[in-house]
Amino acid sequence: MKVLVAVKRVIDYNVKVRVKPDNTGVDLANVKMAMNPFCEIAVEEAVRLKEKGVASEIVVVSIGPKAAQEQIRTALALGADRGIHIETDEEVQSLEAAKLLKAVVEKEEPKLVILGKQSIDSDNNQTGQMLAALTGMGQGTFASEVVVEGDKVNVTREVDGGLMTVALNLPAVVTTDLRLNEPRYASLPNIMKAKKKPLDAMSPADLGVEIAPRLSTLKVEAPASRQAGIKVADVAELVDKLKNEAKVI
Amino acid sequence: MSILVIAEHDNSSLKQATLNVVAAAKAIGGDIDVLVAGENVGAIAEAAAKAEGVNKVLVADNAAYGHFLAENLGELVAEVGKNYSHILTSAGTTGKDFMPRVAALLDVAQVSDIIRVESADTFVRPIYAGNAIATVKASDSIKVITVRPTGFDPVAAEGGSASVEQLDVVKDAGLSSFVGEEKAKSDRPDLASAGIVISGGRGMQNGDNFKMLEQVADLMGAAVGASRAAVDAGFVPNDMQVGQTGKIVAPQLYVAVGISGAIQHLAGMSDSKVIVAINKDEEAPIFQVADYGLVADLFEAVPQLEEELKKVL
Ligand SMILES: Cc1cc2nc3c(=O)[nH]c(=O)nc-3n(C[C@H](O)[C@H](O)[C@H](O)COP(=O)(O)OP(=O)(O)OC[C@H]3O[C@@H](n4cnc5c(N)ncnc54)[C@H](O)[C@@H]3O)c2cc1C
Repeated sequence: MKVLVAVKRVIDYNVKVRVKPDNTGVDLANVKMAMNPFCEIAVEEAVRLKEKGVASEIVVVSIGPKAAQEQIRTALALGADRGIHIETDEEVQSLEAAKLLKAVVEKEEPKLVILGKQSIDSDNNQTGQMLAALTGMGQGTFASEVVVEGDKVNVTREVDGGLMTVALNLPAVVTTDLRLNEPRYASLPNIMKAKKKPLDAMSPADLGVEIAPRLSTLKVEAPASRQAGIKVADVAELVDKLKNEAKVI
Repeated sequence: MSILVIAEHDNSSLKQATLNVVAAAKAIGGDIDVLVAGENVGAIAEAAAKAEGVNKVLVADNAAYGHFLAENLGELVAEVGKNYSHILTSAGTTGKDFMPRVAALLDVAQVSDIIRVESADTFVRPIYAGNAIATVKASDSIKVITVRPTGFDPVAAEGGSASVEQLDVVKDAGLSSFVGEEKAKSDRPDLASAGIVISGGRGMQNGDNFKMLEQVADLMGAAVGASRAAVDAGFVPNDMQVGQTGKIVAPQLYVAVGISGAIQHLAGMSDSKVIVAINKDEEAPIFQVADYGLVADLFEAVPQLEEELKKVL
């Protein structure tokens, strides 16, 4: 079975994010970029499915600027077989990303599409669900376990209150949560091999999708910062402050 | 303007988050209808009809919606919602699951996790784990929105008298089915809406030690939360995780015990009114956001806290 994995290039999660002084966005100049952590988990899950003999081929797709090919190569080094780069320098919002991925799904006809549940830049948590709706597929979001059985996939989902398991007809969309797996690191030989794996580049227009954002960002500000308070000497002082100063107990 | 709010509930009671979402709808302005979709939800519809500011409650009561499967809810909400100017729901795991499907079916963008309403088409939302706050304007004719409950004070649960109307729209997409669930049972308040939250991190060392926090929580009527590290290590279940990718909480009092204060954790609790940190490392970043910091070994401080609280509560 063919598995399609979508990955996104985002700011590295360890980088301290700074808002631009003109409030037009976040400063990304000379900032370390990386694969979105949830997308790493998506790649890892696909690779594990291949190691178990469930997946036969892993195609990895990324939408974004030329530099997004780095993240595709990373996924190829981790075990994906082939890459697709949809190149654009425009801001691509979730609905358009879902439309682009739909076009790829129609061409590639994967049995399973795995995406991260959210990207740590826009924190939208939308693309996988939108793709599932546009392609008429079922979805297992916030997955902490994925088990393929025949023509179905059982997905255990992290939900408010605990865990919930759904069975989906294949083809289906899965979005990953943090506890699905622990991604491996790419070995040096695999990084070298990845350079020779096929990577197809195309434009949104090649896929018949027009990039026309529906949301415009009017401004981006730094959050109100919290002032550090005081250190208390002991538990008795803490309880006294909570009761008599803050009045919260 | 007409606004459709999709109620959050568990087939047995209406979640408070629904009242926060109605408050967001009031901030937009216009007639507010509430859709209650689920199975055997008569009592929930009655509860929704009493909420302040609600015009009409629509009820879709069918087994197809019993487990809130996104494929079925998505079709239902897109069908019912297409005549409204705004469709809102809470950014809980159910809303996050079905709402983007609604947006895609209506071919409109979704604005996720709003914390403020600027106008009928302009909303404020955190991005980059709350390190930046964006003001976004939506140009689609239907605005599909998920609301972060902590951004809005809830409307009153009582006092309203909306009419209740049964819908007979049954959407069963036939793509998915419910297999089972493991719900953590707890008599403590709901983490997302509790007035006091006490959370433990990796410093707790194991799940048994969380009992110390539970005893303190029970004295204060608090909910118990955790950092990702504590959940990943298997100390406690996933639904206790507070943070960028877990629950967002904003209680009156948040007590962080053995939690370092990573940005992803702060994203879930930094809007709390008063923050207390107990950590043995005085350099821990959590102290930069704490109103009251106690540098101490938690294994001494937490039992003392329990004793001191017993004296004053
Ligand atoms: C994509 C992504 C999403 C994430 N989402 C979340 C999220 O939603 N929520 C979240 O919490 N994290 C999240 N994280 C993880 C986050 O980056 C941190 O790794 C995590 O919050 C650390 O948890 P911690 O503070 O419990 O552990 P640590 O950072 O290990 O801190 C443990 C603390 O306990 C203190 N301590 C140890 N022993 C004692 C003792 N005896 N007495 C007192 N203090 C003690 C130590 O001094 C230390 O400060 C995310 C990470 C990524 C990459």
